[in-house]
Amino acid sequence: MKARVHITLKHGVLDPQGKAIGHALGSLGFEGVGDVRQGKVIELELAENDEAKARAEVEQMCQKLLANTVIENYAIELQA
Amino acid sequence: MDAPVQPEHDNVGVESAMKAAIVVFPGTNREVDMKDAFERVGASAVMAWHGDAEVPDCDLIVLPGGFAYGDYLRCGAMAAHSPIMKDVVKKANAGQPVLGVCNGFQTLIEARLLPGALLKNASLAFVCRDVHLRLEHAVKPLTGNLAEGDVIRVPVAHGDGNYFADAEMLKRLEGDGRIVFRYVAGPGEPDTRANPNGSTADIAGIVNDKGNVLGMMPHPEDATGPRQQSLDAVPLFAGIVEALS
Repeated sequence: MKARVHITLKHGVLDPQGKAIGHALGSLGFEGVGDVRQGKVIELELAENDEAKARAEVEQMCQKLLANTVIENYAIELQA
Repeated sequence: MDAPVQPEHDNVGVESAMKAAIVVFPGTNREVDMKDAFERVGASAVMAWHGDAEVPDCDLIVLPGGFAYGDYLRCGAMAAHSPIMKDVVKKANAGQPVLGVCNGFQTLIEARLLPGALLKNASLAFVCRDVHLRLEHAVKPLTGNLAEGDVIRVPVAHGDGNYFADAEMLKRLEGDGRIVFRYVAGPGEPDTRANPNGSTADIAGIVNDKGNVLGMMPHPEDATGPRQQSLDAVPLFAGIVEALS
């Protein structure tokens, strides 16, 4: 089973990289772009095939290492 | 007969001198600066490798600056889970003094020994220059002989030193006197130059609730000796060594 973890900054946490991307898009002529937030995607291959167990395991991974829950949210996507 | 002249850094025979254990991760690069700073004020220092299960017997654990594990994932995230950190966390929780500077501060935060987070600098630029710090709260022994209100000039060198804490945590840090160092403008400098990274409330260093774990972004070890631009941090190191010897 594969898991994809989307990590994004929480609302209220300043994202200077997102801001810089927004400015760059503006200078390239893309108008009408509002707030830009940058995150990261982590793909994992898992030996576990049970969806509930896999989700619980990845949840632990996010809590312990993959995300810093002080500043980041995470969303887990599983693919058989 | 004259007493034999002791070499400046020779602590042989000074059995009571404080001993620091400096934790070295792959990518750490300020460990020698840290060792020098402690040796200049009469302490001894040993290096402790990240893969070891235990920190050697010592009076103070130091996590120095650098780029442990290439700052992969987040600064300090990998280092915080390396084998030696289990023992660092255990000893910190038991009350042993721990000092983390720059990447060491980031690692202490990722190891959850200190609250909050260190984000990319607001300017997005790596900042390497001298800053001025004001000691807001003296926390013995880790702030040494500095007195509250003292302003010292020390360098910073980091890309991710922008301290973040939510409003509730910030209130607690402030209320409990745990904001130890703040960035302030130096003599003749405009206020806008004080904060090099966008840190919340100009925070440069904090302590844990027990006061035995101090993390700070600036490098006091690089303001203690010859060919460094400032000697302002000598009282900090001298005071730590006096207290722990």
